[in-house]
Amino acid sequence: MIASLRTVSGGRIDRNKPVRFTFDGRTYQGFAGDTLASALLANGVKLFGRSYKYHRPRGVISVGPEEPNALVGVSRGPGRFTPNLRATQVEIVDGLDAKSQNRWPSLDFDLGAVNSLFAPLFSAGFYYKTFMGPNLFGKNWAWTHLFEPVVRNAAGLGDAPSDPDPDAYAQFYEHCDVLVVGGGPAGVAAALAAGASGARVIFCDEQAEFGGTLLSETQATIDGASAPAWLARQFAALAAMPNVRLMPRTQAFGYYAQNFLGLCEVVSEAERLANPDAPRERQWQVRAKEVVLACGAIERPLVFPDNDRPGVMLAEAARVYLNRYGVKVGRRVVVATAHDSAYRAALDLEAAGVEIARIVDLRAAADGEWPRAARKLGIEVTTGARIAGVRGRLCVKAAAVASAQGVEWIGCDALLVSGGWTPSVHLYSQSRGKVVWDAEREIFVPGVSVQRERSAGACKGVFALDRVLRDGAVAGHEAAARAGFSAQGPVANFDVAGAPESSGGLLGDATPSRGAKGKAFVDFQNDVCASDIRLAVREGMRSIEHVKRYTTTGMATDQGKLSNMNALAIAANALNAPLPKVGLTTFRQPYTPVTFGAFAGASRGDLFDPVRRTPIHEWAEDQGAEFEDVGLWKRAWYFSREGENMHAAVARECRQVRESVGLFDASTLGKIEVVGPDAAAFMEKLYTNPWAKLEPGRCRYGLMLNEAGFIIDDGVIARMAPDRFHVTTTTGGAPRVLHHMEDYLQTEFPEMKVWLTSTTEQWAVIAVQGPRARDLIAPFVEGVDLSREALPHMSVREGRICDVETRLMRVSFTGELGFEINVPPDSARAVWETLWAEGRKYHVVAYGTEAMHVLRAEKGYIIVGQDTDGTMTPADAGLEWAVGKAKKDFVGKRSLSRPDIVAPNRKQLVGLLTDDPILMPLEGEQIVAVANPTKGSHAIGHVTSAYASPTLKRSIALAVVENGRARMGEKVFVAAEGRTMPVTICDTVFWDKKGARLDA
Amino acid sequence: MPSVMTKPVARPRGPLDGRALPRGEDFRLAVSPAAGRILLRGDAAVAARASAAFGAPLPTRSGAVGARSDRAALWLGPDEWLLIAEGEAPAEIIAPLSAALADRAHSLVDVSQRQIGLDVVGPNAARALTAGCPLDLSLAAFPVGTATRTLLAKSEIVLWRRAPEHFRVEVWRSFADYVASYLSEAARRAPRAGGFA
Repeated sequence: MIASLRTVSGGRIDRNKPVRFTFDGRTYQGFAGDTLASALLANGVKLFGRSYKYHRPRGVISVGPEEPNALVGVSRGPGRFTPNLRATQVEIVDGLDAKSQNRWPSLDFDLGAVNSLFAPLFSAGFYYKTFMGPNLFGKNWAWTHLFEPVVRNAAGLGDAPSDPDPDAYAQFYEHCDVLVVGGGPAGVAAALAAGASGARVIFCDEQAEFGGTLLSETQATIDGASAPAWLARQFAALAAMPNVRLMPRTQAFGYYAQNFLGLCEVVSEAERLANPDAPRERQWQVRAKEVVLACGAIERPLVFPDNDRPGVMLAEAARVYLNRYGVKVGRRVVVATAHDSAYRAALDLEAAGVEIARIVDLRAAADGEWPRAARKLGIEVTTGARIAGVRGRLCVKAAAVASAQGVEWIGCDALLVSGGWTPSVHLYSQSRGKVVWDAEREIFVPGVSVQRERSAGACKGVFALDRVLRDGAVAGHEAAARAGFSAQGPVANFDVAGAPESSGGLLGDATPSRGAKGKAFVDFQNDVCASDIRLAVREGMRSIEHVKRYTTTGMATDQGKLSNMNALAIAANALNAPLPKVGLTTFRQPYTPVTFGAFAGASRGDLFDPVRRTPIHEWAEDQGAEFEDVGLWKRAWYFSREGENMHAAVARECRQVRESVGLFDASTLGKIEVVGPDAAAFMEKLYTNPWAKLEPGRCRYGLMLNEAGFIIDDGVIARMAPDRFHVTTTTGGAPRVLHHMEDYLQTEFPEMKVWLTSTTEQWAVIAVQGPRARDLIAPFVEGVDLSREALPHMSVREGRICDVETRLMRVSFTGELGFEINVPPDSARAVWETLWAEGRKYHVVAYGTEAMHVLRAEKGYIIVGQDTDGTMTPADAGLEWAVGKAKKDFVGKRSLSRPDIVAPNRKQLVGLLTDDPILMPLEGEQIVAVANPTKGSHAIGHVTSAYASPTLKRSIALAVVENGRARMGEKVFVAAEGRTMPVTICDTVFWDKKGARLDA
Repeated sequence: MPSVMTKPVARPRGPLDGRALPRGEDFRLAVSPAAGRILLRGDAAVAARASAAFGAPLPTRSGAVGARSDRAALWLGPDEWLLIAEGEAPAEIIAPLSAALADRAHSLVDVSQRQIGLDVVGPNAARALTAGCPLDLSLAAFPVGTATRTLLAKSEIVLWRRAPEHFRVEVWRSFADYVASYLSEAARRAPRAGGFA
């Protein structure tokens, strides 16, 4: 297909590289270097999408990231679908498949456009007004059942992708001395100046090609060279600087605290073809010593009736499409402007053979160099005129020019507009800087720097090319100097010709007072009209923050890049207040939308979180273990034999431990080595128990409280030497406990000579539990007398097992004779397998965390975090025995005498036995005093643990009940959905109350 | 007591044994040789006295490493050093230190098997590390002979630059798989050229 609006030559596209792509199912051809917008315009496509609210036909209005209308969904294969991309930023590649959005059934014929007929319903604040009633079937009925589903369906942007994204995304941290944001003339000059100083420079631009406005500059010369030739020379110089990193296709989307900026790099098709491992996007988190913002300026549209018709376009955008992409946006155009720069666009178009039917200048006079040049060429200029309307629904056919002479319709296929230029202060604003109002030129410019940044060029209101270049060079110099790099020579001067300064500009509503009807749009993406803003003011909105929220102006994905200033001016005019008084809203990150992938990076699937596995993990896997997550750890939950369900497996594991012996992987237990001359004194402070008199070689159950007196952790603690404790913590509590200890050591007891070292992973732990435990390990243990007398319950010895060193503890969390064998983790699997092989003699079983829970519950041993909930004291948990009564102080001690802690009727830990042994309460179920309590009556407690006990052949439960220990034998009820279960309160120890088995 | 069977039953197994690690020109990962690792805590006088006993100087400057042949002392805090002795049993390092420090308050804890070393080598080594480590790893900011405790994505690590393109990552063993996978992934996704690090 011949691209009918393509110029014969020129532009920066590669005419030798045709690219085929589809848009709404139709195949088109463009060239390498085209964007989707330029390629479609070249093919004569004017209609790009439908608007958000009214489903008005819309074309492309701009050429950059500010585009509000031409939003498309782009598919690059299954799962590779991205909605809401700006056609002006999508580089075309072979096979690209783009779709228009917010239309049904098709773009040309969209049933949603019927919304336009109901436009009065959708005026400002329509959410708050229209949908208040009727509440036929209850509160908000109309909204939830009638309006919302319809509105949600009809309004909105593209479809969210439904398949997993098969592409990779990556994130990197980066540091530099100077970050230059924006690749236009100011940025180029800044990067050159900073680069020459030797500073590490990152120079980024959101486009595929650096150069900004210079890429579409045909008239100006710099240092005697054409703009493209000058650019090529500068980039050759930059490429030769190893300290300068050029990052095209990289949007600086966010400016955060301490000069931390977020950059999103779209990886080029060329890199992805050369390297199949290349990700789709890379997010760079850059810490820059100094920042130069060279973000340019954005041309403003004019607000007049039907100013949203396809074919109405910003004047400079038309110039860029022509000069950079070789695309004429029309054959016969009308230009409406309040700024000289549109004349420059008209001249370029005229030179390319486009007929300029009229230049309509809204100003009373236009005497700048560009207007003079246009007149000299014979282009007809009407000053003091406005656009009263536009004919043509799917494409502009004619524009109505209203002047003192009346209204004149002029036929055209494109209407180019310019209301002047708005400096892009977004990143400056994100850096928390406050913009300043330049009343003469009616622009907001950056004020005082809050962070280490400076703006340069058009984004700070410097527009003439020679001054822009100079400003950039000064900024680059200064940034490098501030970063500690001395400048090489004086700041560069640039000899610029053919770029006279242009001026002008108009803010607000440009609708003529006579002969105008139709909607005059301010915010194209959210379909906000000038009348909506005036209505908001009439209805009492005073601040722009309120106007914005009431009308939704500036709240679309483009954050009002085109609309904010016009909206502000209209509101100020309606309020009859000076513009700065009405205020400018704060710009937020991101500057343009960033994909979720770029934020997720590698953190998905297996890399979402670390998965911690013990040295025994693979063995357990081979044995068919099911695993449960405990913190980041995988723990063997139960070992299912063929055909066994969880219940049967757990019952078997429990029985074998009680009858013979079981092996349990306790490696995940937190371990902290507390060492130093003040180790015992420190332990006295951090745990409720007394430690001073604990002999080396002995262990003690330790209870840890917080300042409020509530239990936060527990564990067995072994004294290895007078100045050394081996502390164990709960698996999930390990980091928290170490932090708690460090916190107190550093802030409350800094004088203590004691140090804390995590040894969780220095020791793997094999728990051997059951009546045959001693028999099983004895053949492999060297240097430790395992006898009942020499190694009583709660003692520890250092020795060897299977020829590796061990800290061998005699401890039990099952109530059986038990050992916990600490071994170096490299050897843990071998020791385990040796014991496992030997264990066949004793009918050994490997048991998981579920059986461990059952066995400990049968003995009434608590699990912190399950049987406690952060509000339980030692007394509540029945652990008064673990509190050293004679101790002067420990963390939490003072709180234990608080009135509410010693008050009667606190919930206390008790056992529960159901009257029917088959019935099983559930954890968390409420306990009530009577069988059928009236609705809303008080619960006296709740179940904390409940299991089927294979040992007792019945259900058992632990619970907290008000004043529970005084209610032994009392009947209460577990209340749950649809049933009430009679239970009897009992002691927490269900098995071997005397502990004879423990002492075997 | 029954007779003792102390024959070693199998060779020790590290957390990354049997795992394929990247061995490209630009980026290589390898598990470092076995080493004795001791965490020493104590004041400056302890450090001074420990230097002689350990055989490598314990630095007092933040981020510094005192290295001599196959021994290195990494400064991790004002009162904290990680001592690494390649190919040596921890007991052999602890014994002389204990003796030398007997009359001064200190803490010596064997962490030889708590963590493993990963050697990250190649022109892309620094770049891959910056995928998860927020530090400036340029040679100017993080020169050879620098070590620090830091983060690699969601894992704590100790990072030690041994040569311009050779880093040692010390990581707790259960995080080793995550760190190796994260670095491998990062190296695959890194740009092939460019960057200052």
